[in-house]
Amino acid sequence: MSAARDLVVVGGGLHGCATALFAARGGLSVTLVERGALCREASGVNAGTLTMQMTRVALIPYALRAHAMWASARDWLGHDVGVVVCDGLSLAFTEREEELLAFRAGKRREAGAPIELIGAAAAQTVEPGLGEGVRLAGHCKVDGYANAYLTGLAFRRALVEAGVELREHAEAIGIEREAGGYVVKTRAAPARGRRLVIAGGVWIEPMLAWLGVALPIKVLVNQLAVTERQRPVMRTVIGIASGLLSLKQYPHGTTVIGGGWQGVGDRARGGLALRPERLIGNIRLACHAIPALKQARLARAWAGLEAETADALPAVGPIPGHPDAYVCGSVHSGYTSGLYIARLLADRILGREPELPLFPIDRLLAQPQRAA
Amino acid sequence: MTARFDAIVIGAGPAGAEAAIAAARHGRRVAVLDEQPAAGGQVWRAPVGGFAGKGDADHRAGDDLRERLAASPATTQFGRRVWSVVGPGLGRDTGFRVDALGPDGNESLEAPALVVATGAHERVTPFPGWTLPGVIGLAAATVLLKSHGAAPGARVVVAGCGPLLAVVAAGLVAAGVEIAAIVDRAARRDWAMRLPALLGRPSLALRGAMLAGRARLAGAPFFAAHGVRRAEGEEAVRRVVIGPVDAQGAPIAGQERAFDCDALVVGHGLTTACEVTRLMRAEHRYDRLRGGWMPVVDQAFRTTVEGLYAVGDGAGVRGQIMASLAGRRAGLAIAAGQGADVAQECARIDRALVRAAPFSDAMASLMAQRPAEVAAIAAGTVVCRCEDVTRGEIDAAITDGARDIDQLKHFTRCGMGPCQGRSCSDAAEELMAAALNVSRETVGRWTGRPPLRPVALGEMIGAFDYADIPIPTPAPL
Ligand SMILES: Cc1cc2nc3c(=O)[nH]c(=O)nc-3n(C[C@H](O)[C@H](O)[C@H](O)COP(=O)(O)OP(=O)(O)OC[C@H]3O[C@@H](n4cnc5c(N)ncnc54)[C@H](O)[C@@H]3O)c2cc1C
Ligand SMILES: Cc1cc2nc3c(=O)[nH]c(=O)nc-3n(C[C@H](O)[C@H](O)[C@H](O)COP(=O)(O)OP(=O)(O)OC[C@H]3O[C@@H](n4cnc5c(N)ncnc54)[C@H](O)[C@@H]3O)c2cc1C
Repeated sequence: MSAARDLVVVGGGLHGCATALFAARGGLSVTLVERGALCREASGVNAGTLTMQMTRVALIPYALRAHAMWASARDWLGHDVGVVVCDGLSLAFTEREEELLAFRAGKRREAGAPIELIGAAAAQTVEPGLGEGVRLAGHCKVDGYANAYLTGLAFRRALVEAGVELREHAEAIGIEREAGGYVVKTRAAPARGRRLVIAGGVWIEPMLAWLGVALPIKVLVNQLAVTERQRPVMRTVIGIASGLLSLKQYPHGTTVIGGGWQGVGDRARGGLALRPERLIGNIRLACHAIPALKQARLARAWAGLEAETADALPAVGPIPGHPDAYVCGSVHSGYTSGLYIARLLADRILGREPELPLFPIDRLLAQPQRAA
Repeated sequence: MTARFDAIVIGAGPAGAEAAIAAARHGRRVAVLDEQPAAGGQVWRAPVGGFAGKGDADHRAGDDLRERLAASPATTQFGRRVWSVVGPGLGRDTGFRVDALGPDGNESLEAPALVVATGAHERVTPFPGWTLPGVIGLAAATVLLKSHGAAPGARVVVAGCGPLLAVVAAGLVAAGVEIAAIVDRAARRDWAMRLPALLGRPSLALRGAMLAGRARLAGAPFFAAHGVRRAEGEEAVRRVVIGPVDAQGAPIAGQERAFDCDALVVGHGLTTACEVTRLMRAEHRYDRLRGGWMPVVDQAFRTTVEGLYAVGDGAGVRGQIMASLAGRRAGLAIAAGQGADVAQECARIDRALVRAAPFSDAMASLMAQRPAEVAAIAAGTVVCRCEDVTRGEIDAAITDGARDIDQLKHFTRCGMGPCQGRSCSDAAEELMAAALNVSRETVGRWTGRPPLRPVALGEMIGAFDYADIPIPTPAPL
């Protein structure tokens, strides 16, 4: 029988890796159980945008702190995730988008995001690559991006250095309570922990079901595309008022185009296919914003799965009815904010008071049936 | 605007063209797409740009195919780069949607049946200097000779393995090019061992012998059981060093020889171009003999995906004869599925396929990837030429914990460039399988994704009004 560790984390995306890392650095013995390799689902295939202008208002205080963590990742993580801090612009091309932008930027500003509304000429100065037709822009100096595919490698090294026991290519097939903790079953040896964190991305729904907890999680299938290398054509992160564009050129010359256009996929089969008409729509938007992109060639397009709760706010906190068990995930724009939110959860597990409140899931669970 | 057909064929080489002709002959409405300006595929590439062609047997066979296709009721669409395919279970209940870029921008076609006949990619097992200008593939050289009547250089080293070696050498001799050396991975006994299979097809065996004879007539030095050690040069290749190899293609001690040249034509066989069937998530299997990964097909070349057929080199490298037969067989299966009586003709084709197999396998075995040759790649040699990833960096990623091919890509960018792994995946997967001592199936393949070919964003999107972009509803605030 394997000895129980202080903590078992199930799911090695950003939420699982970050929770495991901070818990281990806080002195706990930790095992991380991951079905595949670390950060190869949402956390390795996402657009890597670290922006306030697509973040939900309620998450802005978290996202600002997370942004600072990403910007200094080389120092505290010790490994490179290719983070670039730069200006961000959210654009409005129509009257309706103008209204939407003014309203949304105002709300985000109230929540603490340093977004200024600027006109077309000023926007052009911030981003000389812009095309015509911009009516208004939200300008935020706290923006930037990471190179998401490096997340797994960077965290892997950091986790190994922190003494976390990594169980990659070990699918959890059930979780049970036992005296003094939890046992996570795999097809090989089970993993035991006095505490448990479920951080399975879109798969937290079936994982929580193992404990008899019914938390519905909607599966978003986000399409993304990347171009071949090209001369520098832009220097900021570009979005639009509705949030359906995210665009930036990496230092090596490729440009990643996203914005949450929906493709084909599901929990069982992952991000399966792209809808060509939507890919074309997304790319039209990108080329409308930065016309020089028309000269670039499309190298690859793909789709990944993102989790969403009924109120589109995170599921991060204790699992009701299960002492010392926690869930961590479903954070909107979770690559940005998830890093900080996972650290808050690690603080809570380590017995420290989190700096900002968690997002307990009680609000999302069906009320137990009362006898009439 | 979406055009609808009974069947769509991607690729108008021998396999695709025969499939289209056969299905159209029985009244099916067929569209066949190819990015080339004419049918013929790689083996029978049509001459372009004023070059009249060589009038040889290949040229005549190609003309015959082009004439029969032109006479058939099939709709042909040339100059079309297919970049996206979606099919059953991938956002559709049944049937396929194919998107291609052509002279008028993006076009969409739909049909309940799709025949994939996309042919093969060239394999070059990396060696120092293989990315220098002036180094080109054997298969690429055949295309240069066939469609442009052009030679890659004035003094050329021809190296690698398989029948294309003789084809290129003979073609260069005929073009009046000086051949510095012919370097064959196979020993003379490797050819001798295959003689019975080759003799099973006397006309082809004779042709092979004639090709080899013509090269020898020109007095070119011929080195059996040798391989390229390295290509040297500052701006472009200027010198090629060769040395002896063992039966597995691995370098062994022995005399090295250097040849001055201005081009090196080198190829180590072909790999299947099975991007479409992978994109469709059809079941694939690994078959080293026939070019690596290929879709699982039944006798009528149906894959595991409803309505999806795979024929020709893209479904296993078996050469032109088997490609033509497979194409016809699939075309007839599509016709039969819609009522035509084709049983006798199918039976004849099935027998012909059986007869053609020994020769095909003998050729394929000369061209198959040799693990020992891959194992011998030096640490400093670039494996992924798009992203400049060396063997040493691949080994380092494995030491860092990479356990499958996708993880290798994330750790190193190997396979992330413009060719999307078409050129490096066979070597990268083999290196990984050997280092971890696991099967190629365990190492896996890079996930198939669009575009099937790199396409310019400007061409994809065409002209549009901002108001017409179907922007989805905004996410919640
Ligand atoms: C295409 C795309 C683009 C995005 N772009 C951005 C962006 O630009 N900016 C931004 O801030 N956010 C973005 N997001 C959102 C962000 O990527 C996610 O919010 C975040 O990565 C989620 O992390 P996670 O750890 O919760 O989930 P995941 O990364 O999905 O991790 C869950 C892990 O659990 C593992 N697992 C599942 N089942 C089991 C099992 N049975 N046993 C063991 N392990 C299991 C999985 O293999 C996976 O590794 C994007 C998302 C997608 C899909
Ligand atoms: C470069 C090359 C040269 C060769 N030369 C010879 C030779 O000289 N002699 C010989 O015996 N064998 C040669 N071979 C092998 C020979 O091609 C095959 O044995 C045989 O032609 C296979 O026929 P096929 O119809 O399967 O494929 P091919 O003849 O390769 O035809 C495939 C067709 O599909 C088209 N295609 C592929 N993808 C797309 C796409 N996304 N969009 C649009 N069109 C697409 C291609 O343009 C091509 O015309 C060569 C192979 C290659 C790769």
